Amino acid sequence: MEKLSGGDMLIRALADEGVETVFGYPGGAALHIYDAIFRQDRVKHILVRHEQAATHAADGYARSTGKTGVVLVTSGPGATNAITGIATAYMDSIPMVVISGQVVSDKIGEDAFQETDMVGISRPIVKHSFLVKDQRDIPSIVKKAFYIASTGRPGPVVIDIPKDVTNPVDKFDYEYPSKIKIRSYTPAAKGHAGQIKKAVQLLMSARRPVIYAGGGVVQGNASSQLTELAQILDFPVTNTLMGLGAYPGTDRQFLGMLGMHGTVEANTAMHHADVILAVGARFDDRVTNTPSKFCPAAKIIHIDIDPASISKTISADVPIVGSVESVLDDMLGLVKGGDERPDAGAIKDWWKQIDQWRDRYSIIRKPNFVAEDMIKPQEVVKVLFEVTNGDAYVCSDVGQHQMFSAQYYLFDKPRRWINSGGLGTMGFGLPAAMGVQMAHRDAQVVCVTGEGSIQMCIQELSTCTQYHLPVKIICINNQALGMVKQWQDMQYGGRHSESLYEESLPDFIKLMEAYGHVGMKVTKRDELKAKLEECFAMKDKTVFMDIYVDPKEHVYPMQVPPPNGSMRDMWLSKTERT
Amino acid sequence: MRRRIISLLMENEPGALSRVVGLFSQRGYNIESLTVAPTEDSTLSRLTLTTIGDDHKIEQITKHLNRLVDVVKLVDLTEGAHIERELMLIKVRASGAQRAEIKRCVDIFRGQIVDVTASVYTIQVTGASDKLDAFFQAVGEASIIEVVRTGVSGIGRGEKVLSL
Ligand SMILES: Cc1ncc(C[n+]2csc(CCOP(=O)(O)OP(=O)(O)O)c2C)c(N)n1
Ligand SMILES: [Mg+2]
Repeated sequence: MEKLSGGDMLIRALADEGVETVFGYPGGAALHIYDAIFRQDRVKHILVRHEQAATHAADGYARSTGKTGVVLVTSGPGATNAITGIATAYMDSIPMVVISGQVVSDKIGEDAFQETDMVGISRPIVKHSFLVKDQRDIPSIVKKAFYIASTGRPGPVVIDIPKDVTNPVDKFDYEYPSKIKIRSYTPAAKGHAGQIKKAVQLLMSARRPVIYAGGGVVQGNASSQLTELAQILDFPVTNTLMGLGAYPGTDRQFLGMLGMHGTVEANTAMHHADVILAVGARFDDRVTNTPSKFCPAAKIIHIDIDPASISKTISADVPIVGSVESVLDDMLGLVKGGDERPDAGAIKDWWKQIDQWRDRYSIIRKPNFVAEDMIKPQEVVKVLFEVTNGDAYVCSDVGQHQMFSAQYYLFDKPRRWINSGGLGTMGFGLPAAMGVQMAHRDAQVVCVTGEGSIQMCIQELSTCTQYHLPVKIICINNQALGMVKQWQDMQYGGRHSESLYEESLPDFIKLMEAYGHVGMKVTKRDELKAKLEECFAMKDKTVFMDIYVDPKEHVYPMQVPPPNGSMRDMWLSKTERT
Repeated sequence: MRRRIISLLMENEPGALSRVVGLFSQRGYNIESLTVAPTEDSTLSRLTLTTIGDDHKIEQITKHLNRLVDVVKLVDLTEGAHIERELMLIKVRASGAQRAEIKRCVDIFRGQIVDVTASVYTIQVTGASDKLDAFFQAVGEASIIEVVRTGVSGIGRGEKVLSL
């Protein structure tokens, strides 16, 4: 059997696991590992400019491919810098393995140089973690880490490795396990047949059904099953912020996103529904609004791989624990195998009702902004959608621009909309886009951002230079921390406490040029489309478009907050309500 | 709201206990008592904790505990017939006429005096937590110098077992 050092084992194990790309940043405790990287060519390492970016890039890579993202950082500050990205991945259930160097074993606990208790500090935001004590455990720990990260409800797993464990001198037998069993970890696979049957019966009896699909459908690769089921039954579908693309955004049956900044038709249909089929969604508080007022008439079927997500905030009438793909397959089997169908007349009436709401409120049919004076942020997204044929990978930062993107870019495919939904991490967009571009070298990859968010990971422009990542950065510049300012307008009497930068924004065009990229400034509506086309024509350039938009625009619709608002209670503009 | 005794088997590995305890603080659940020790199988630890909550909260707690990779098996003992025990060591002031009275009290509660000085008794009492509470009352707060309780352990009655 081949003998390898700990450091070599680690990298070999990654290669044997099928890892092609690792995002990371070196430092003392990780140097043996970095030397092992240098001496091989199966695993490619991408050097970011800040460890937070390594985690977001691995996250974007994972979200766009379905593969597990891999991060390598050093101990202490390297590890703590990775925390925000680990938490981001945890909240959105993204498969990720984070390897952190640690001080040598016999210094642990002594407050050694660059020591931090990584296993402890990351504990609440990881699915699991390992502290490696012995070289011989490395192959099995790596195998377990990937297995845990990518199965069941996915999530980040930390492997903390003391420096001595990776030393190049001591060598041990290396063999990568082909399979692993963990007695205390058996992720659910198939759903309960009886429950599935009950669910199908309930669907057949529905008169006002809505399918509410979340990120679990994207993560669980079940979009095609969901789409087929919805289309056989002719049921309306709404997606969560995390689920966009799970059902085709341009399809007639799609009601748009639901929740706080969802469409009126989606939220109103949910409110009046008699049966809700929730798939891979977790009834997040940004979806349900006031829980006690949530969908008063609805019987709820809830399919999720994580039992802890079921009946956590809203109790389910028919809970089904299982992988969404397998459960939907089983449901499809029953539906297609039987000739029972929902009452056609009732479903037709339901669509008639929904179409009335759409005629009145749909922002897709009738955009909710007025194209005059300055460019409107919504317009930017609409034109972006046209120019990219609706087929780009859109990585978003956090703020108003994120919500406008979710509302106006209609995703027809899963894994195209990449955003930090659960944690809402500003700074996510650019590094995530780098990760996506690494995985899809020829694809159109866009980062929609704000002049606030982009400055949280702007150092990554340098990484784009080094690896020739032609990401297109669309900065919707409203000269403010827009989402904060909107809340201050709505709830704090317009007192803009610390949400404005005065005259301190950098000249982004010059900044881009300093990194060797292209910067473009757009201020006029009649230039918007042509400039965007020009931007996307520069196939091999990283381009930053600084698009000045109306700073007064708010994101609407917006749910009236708890304790008063139900799903359907929404602000339509600064003055109108549903 | 009910008091529950949750008992679980988990991997006898460093970090496992902190994950269980961390879960409680992270999610705002309350731990009343906690005991943990290895079992006859040295790879497993048995952890027993008591907590108070309504059915919804307890369901969430058990689901989240089950989700921890280290937790192998779990049971809510309070859902069925079970035996509950806790051990208490209690030091009380005992001089003069008090000595006989405390001794009587110890006998009634089937406790034992395990250490004696001229002015102090150290007493051991075992039983369900409410019995220990009652002993507390019986000897009277004024005479108590120090109390140590182990926290609750429990086991199902009859054939029911928690094992792999
Ligand atoms: C790291 C982090 N800090 C603070 C916030 C709170 N926050 C949410 S949106 C927002 C403003 C974002 O500004 P910008 O990127 O310009 O986007 P805009 O809302 O203007 O479109 C802030 C500060 C956050 N989400 N993330
Ligand atoms: Mg802004």
